[in-house]
Amino acid sequence: MHKSIESLIRDAEQSGRPLPQVVLDRESAEMGIAPEKIRARIGQTLGVMRGAIAEGLEGKVRSASGLTGGRSKRLWDDGPRILGPRVTTILARAISTLEVNAAMGLIVAAPTAGAAGVLPAILISVDEFAEGGMGEDRLIDAMLVAGGVGGVIAQRASLAGAEGGCQAETGTAAAMGAAAVTWLHGGTHEQISTSIALCLQGMLGLICDPIGGLVEIPCIYRNASAAMQAIAAAEMALANLDFPVSADEVIDVMGEVGRRMPSAYRETAMGGLAATPSAQRLVQIRPTKRPSGASS
Amino acid sequence: MVSLFDILGPTMVGPSSSHTAGACRLGLIARAVAGGMPESVRIQLHGSFAATGEGHGTHRAIVGGLIGLAPDDLRLREAYDEAKAAGLQWEFEEIDLGDEAHPNTAIFNVTLGGEQLVIRGASLGGGRVEVSEIDGFPVALGGSYHTLVLLAHDEPGTIAAVATVLAGHHVNLATMRVDRTGRHQDALMTIEADEPVSEPAVGAIRSFPWLRWARVVPKIA
Repeated sequence: MHKSIESLIRDAEQSGRPLPQVVLDRESAEMGIAPEKIRARIGQTLGVMRGAIAEGLEGKVRSASGLTGGRSKRLWDDGPRILGPRVTTILARAISTLEVNAAMGLIVAAPTAGAAGVLPAILISVDEFAEGGMGEDRLIDAMLVAGGVGGVIAQRASLAGAEGGCQAETGTAAAMGAAAVTWLHGGTHEQISTSIALCLQGMLGLICDPIGGLVEIPCIYRNASAAMQAIAAAEMALANLDFPVSADEVIDVMGEVGRRMPSAYRETAMGGLAATPSAQRLVQIRPTKRPSGASS
Repeated sequence: MVSLFDILGPTMVGPSSSHTAGACRLGLIARAVAGGMPESVRIQLHGSFAATGEGHGTHRAIVGGLIGLAPDDLRLREAYDEAKAAGLQWEFEEIDLGDEAHPNTAIFNVTLGGEQLVIRGASLGGGRVEVSEIDGFPVALGGSYHTLVLLAHDEPGTIAAVATVLAGHHVNLATMRVDRTGRHQDALMTIEADEPVSEPAVGAIRSFPWLRWARVVPKIA
């Protein structure tokens, strides 16, 4: 995969190929898989994403710890009040996938399980908002753009909360989503690159401090806020708002912030929200049943 | 090398790519290295696996992998029931391997067909795993290639003999690694290949008199 946003865009401009095609061709060459097979697999991936959103919104899933489940449906049923219905839709869908994840449901880790709610909420909703829909082919293209961006971040910074905090997980997912949405709305290469920078600058420094060490709270809410961050960045970039630091540089800063982040804030549940008295009380209710097996 | 489906995937049963999907993959590799579903297994969990594993479904995912369930198989939720039905006997214990050990380390003490095997591995993040030790031999198995694990009596010519068989069956080798406990004792070979190693090729290797056992570890999607 490409190692910089700059080289990804340069490849597209020099060859005259659309951005998704550049990502697809590179993957096909590096992995020795036919392009149509890659597209088909992305199509299946989108199906899993849709399934998880629908399952969570039924409101029935509950995690083993009891910490999460049912909130996405409450939001879906009870909103919107302040902004339009589209905002509520995206928020509820981001939470929905993470609730399914916490309940050992089937999700797509894009780029991680803890950030699995962001990209589906954005793409499935934006597809639905467009009159007549975006069409499956364009959604697959948007996934390729998102994947290309995620690949750059994986190589320049990190995708793991244990290495770089939540910025590495939901921050990356949001940057992938921002680029995908900007592309879907006809954004130029410069606007796509700016959307990544604008999105990530707003996610810098976000710590990973899950209560009880579980991928539940605050993760479900951080997926919702990351999805909004992505949409905001795409809106601003598409309106030609600029950012003086390049996407690659912002990604590098994210890597640097992650490396300097104390370990208490890197998925250890030793600091942040996880270390609060409220969190400690919640964790005590965590079940510890772990039956050994004997054949009978 | 990063692949697109490392970023847009894996498709998996939640909640954690490292503690659930990775744990399941470790179970799958341990099963393959053991040569099938163990009769009994004692699994020692270290660090974060021990501390936060239960809430992440780590134990279930490992048991699921040991009975052959893939990371995207929803039966992982009921892995204990599935494993009992399959006849697996298992027990977990916590272990402190010190600060040097990877925080998501699991050690499998496997019994199958009167043989005992110790397999150590870690979940590295994003669902990627590495098995680092088989019965004291250092290895580096990630499940990203079709892999052949061979334990052979250490004598001259064994490496050449294996390589010749594989070449004869048109297997393109990605990596080959050999470790010995000492001269004229045992050597463990791990061979990673782009394509699956065919049954006839494995059969030919198994027929060598100096071979103790050969195990095929399939590539994990």
